Amino acid sequence: MQHFTREEMIWAGLLAVSLLLVGLAHHLPVLRGFPAGLTLPLSEALNTVISPVFETLRPLGRGLSLTIETPLSAIRAGLAWAPWPATVLALVALALYAGGRGLAVFAALALGLVVLMGYWPKAMNTLALVLISVPLAVGIGFALGALGHLVPRVRPGLTFLLDVMQTWPAFGYLIPLLLMFGFGPAAGLAASVIFSIPPMVRNTMLGLDEVPPAIVESALMAGARPGQLFWQARVPVALPQLMVGVNQTTMASLSMVIIIAIIGGFNDIGWEVLSAMRAAELGRSLGAGLVIVLIAVLLDRITRGLAGRRRRAGGWFVAGLIVALVLAVTLPGEALLPGEEAQRWLRRLDAWLLDFVAWSAPFFALLRDAITYGLMLPMRLGFAGSASPMVWGFSLSPPVIFAYVLVATGIALGLGWRRPGRGIAFAFAALIFWTGLPGFPWPGVFLLTACATFRAGGAGLTALATGALLLAAVSGLWQPMMQSIYLCAVAVLISFAIGATLGVIAAGNDRVSALMRPVCDTLQTMPQFVFLIPALMLFRVGEFTALIAIVLYAVVPPIRYVEHGLRNARADLTEAGVQMGATKWQLLWQVKLPLARGSVRLGLNQTIMAALSMLVIAALVGTRELGQQVYVALSKADAGAGLIAGGIIAAIALVADRLLRAPDGRSGGKSGGKT
Amino acid sequence: MVSAVASDSIMLSCRGLWKVFGPRPGYYFDTTGYRIDPGALVARLRQEGHIPAVADATFDVRKGEIFVIMGLSGSGKSTLVRCLSRLLDIEHGVLEFEGRDLSRISGRELTEIRRRKMGMVFQSFGLMPHLTALENVAFPLKLQGMARAPREARAREMLELVELAARADALPAQLSGGQQQRVGIARSLAPDPELWFLDEPFSALDPLIRRQMQDEFLRLQRQLKKTIIFITHDIMEACRLADRIALMRGGQIIQIGTPAEILLSPADDYVASFTAEVALSRAIRVRDLMTPGGMPGAADGPAVAPEALLETLLPDLASGRRQFAVAGAPGMVLHSETVLAVLRRDASGTEER
Repeated sequence: MQHFTREEMIWAGLLAVSLLLVGLAHHLPVLRGFPAGLTLPLSEALNTVISPVFETLRPLGRGLSLTIETPLSAIRAGLAWAPWPATVLALVALALYAGGRGLAVFAALALGLVVLMGYWPKAMNTLALVLISVPLAVGIGFALGALGHLVPRVRPGLTFLLDVMQTWPAFGYLIPLLLMFGFGPAAGLAASVIFSIPPMVRNTMLGLDEVPPAIVESALMAGARPGQLFWQARVPVALPQLMVGVNQTTMASLSMVIIIAIIGGFNDIGWEVLSAMRAAELGRSLGAGLVIVLIAVLLDRITRGLAGRRRRAGGWFVAGLIVALVLAVTLPGEALLPGEEAQRWLRRLDAWLLDFVAWSAPFFALLRDAITYGLMLPMRLGFAGSASPMVWGFSLSPPVIFAYVLVATGIALGLGWRRPGRGIAFAFAALIFWTGLPGFPWPGVFLLTACATFRAGGAGLTALATGALLLAAVSGLWQPMMQSIYLCAVAVLISFAIGATLGVIAAGNDRVSALMRPVCDTLQTMPQFVFLIPALMLFRVGEFTALIAIVLYAVVPPIRYVEHGLRNARADLTEAGVQMGATKWQLLWQVKLPLARGSVRLGLNQTIMAALSMLVIAALVGTRELGQQVYVALSKADAGAGLIAGGIIAAIALVADRLLRAPDGRSGGKSGGKT
Repeated sequence: MVSAVASDSIMLSCRGLWKVFGPRPGYYFDTTGYRIDPGALVARLRQEGHIPAVADATFDVRKGEIFVIMGLSGSGKSTLVRCLSRLLDIEHGVLEFEGRDLSRISGRELTEIRRRKMGMVFQSFGLMPHLTALENVAFPLKLQGMARAPREARAREMLELVELAARADALPAQLSGGQQQRVGIARSLAPDPELWFLDEPFSALDPLIRRQMQDEFLRLQRQLKKTIIFITHDIMEACRLADRIALMRGGQIIQIGTPAEILLSPADDYVASFTAEVALSRAIRVRDLMTPGGMPGAADGPAVAPEALLETLLPDLASGRRQFAVAGAPGMVLHSETVLAVLRRDASGTEER
């Protein structure tokens, strides 16, 4: 047997402790779930602090709310007054200016469809929200990014703040915002702005930092004063990167504006989807979802086109705007909108879809059962819980237990003979598979998390991780948290398996890659909300539906990163591999994938982030985890509970991110799905 | 060479200039007036985790000369030129520009000096990607607040000077490397500076283009007569362009002299190894070797120009000519023996090293 490294000694020790804990847990129920006697009424305590604070902020919030709502209602009124041909023409002209003829044709078709389906007024309401939220987010984001660039001391704090803003589910802080701004669009807008600021800040810092030193020096030597250096050299040179920020901010803002519809009162397209889903009207929700996707793709292509554009004549754009203005003044407004015709079509589509769902039900039921019994239940209940006559058709008798232990030990020893690390990793996996993720003894979770975070990120990360665990435990959210981790782990496993496979295929086949790119583009552009529609349509309410929605959303990063990593593997090294006589598979597994490891890891990181951010939205279709807690807190207007559950999700995301970003490759596998 | 130069003919003068990178560079220089051996201080700085990028640089740059600072990468030449243009702060020493100490003036004054009196050309061009060639050249004038019409007229004039007027409306990305550097040169000349810094201006270009740009540069200098500080890592380029060369190694200047002085009497083995590759017959000129004294009329054949390279004399040497009269320098002659001695070194030098 090989010698153990220090790292392996530590993990072997932890394995022994975990084994002991799992063994003990069968006799000591106190080890299984966090004891209820130790919980504290934290959310109530938090509420008694938050409510007065935000109530006192109310005058400020009212003022802000008024200053936001005045331009908002102006834009809304403007968009509602303008007859649709005028608005469509203006947008088509903008598309032509930003992205050329192809985009203009797409814009005309997409907007025409929106009009035909009868969603025009609602789409314009959504657009109005975006048009207010984006300039705010871009302005604040640029100022913060410039601050981060000019004062390097604020960098670490600022980056952490951005991470928190992006990972803390918006539903979690919506209630305090409602307390402060009162009920209305201002609270939703504030949430949308908070969520969409970070990409602008990051891109601003990146763009300003990456201005080549020669350009800065040449401006200085030309006699630029500090203000001139910033506005006439750094900002224009960084402009393409800033526009990338504007693009990402716009997309984030649209995504959030649609989600925020949940608090109601906008009569926008997000509300349309939500109410259609609640009424189980598939055709209507699909139609509204399609409108959202079209708007999202259009906004994305236009802002991206503006980012890549350099000095193109704006003649057609101006001409289009003038004609649009003339149309706006001369045409009657609402009279031109199509009547009930389209809605009737949608209802027919609805019936047709119901037929399709009924017809295909056996197939999807099969898929659902396979994944539920084969993957989800064992991950949730463990082997110990699943091995019952009801689930797997046999019970947990002593011979079965004996066989499981024997096989697991045998494989662990076999793997560990040459590479102790692999043996230990397998043993952990077997142990977790035995108890199920939520059933793993809580002291073990604390111990393993503390060790993994300390090895990967030091004391600060450990404090964050154990703090979050402790918070979840004492506020009685231990089970929902473990359920979140379990649901996320299952979703990440499936997404990564599918995505990485597709990525490998795309890396080896240009045609597949070309075919997949627009699909991935569209999936990444779509607001998260939309992913619920097909999942709900095919699988009805339930945890499995949530899983499907999460997988749909989280499958893109692994495709992208794996393909990128494989395609960018150093050519000289792969050539060396070919020269040494590697077969296609050997080349993939032994040369290219190891070379692409950094990129693959980043893909896994992004998959986890996507899954976690989708968790709260997926909660809408019925889960039993933290996302559901956030959602319930929102419906009960319980600010404290929402903040705590949201904060735990944010902390899990931050810890997972840091663990996977750590340069050492071991922490990921060893800690199982712990974080 | 003349050692004492009248002070009014000096454009830039630096005395005991230091630039140190590291955790606390200021610590080593706070004792005023106390002077220690530069070599010892360099050793101590290195030992204590600092990088002495420029150590005790002392030299004068005369009006109208091309002063080349040359050294390999990491020798401190780029840092030195950034100290001279005050893009970097100086740790210690005196830096006088037209009699004013640049290390002690305010930021506003420095900006003013840069706007009116200094120009700089960069190795990676440093052109604004969003501005056309014309707008790039006009950029320094725009910063000064000059109105659009006059600044664009001046920029056009500058582009004509570098023979790029036809591409005035092109963006940098649409220009070749050589063309981009022409824009960089035009931009640095637009405010009509007195002191012109060129930081490895041709190093990023292909060898053929480089040669062409060097010729162009010499043509410009004959026309404009600026005071020039030129940075390069290419000894051939240094010898072609320089009036005087300062050779740097490890932050210290190890020799200052005309190209001929550096080539014919290197200060140490390092300089000698550096210059070994240079074909002396293509770098040494008649004026570097001519001596007073030859009897008038003793020279047979026509006189040679003082700027002529030794290699141009080869046919005459082969035909057994003993000495050459120098055109425009009465009483000066060039002995064939001297030339042959240099040429012999050329031949043996390449074998030895």
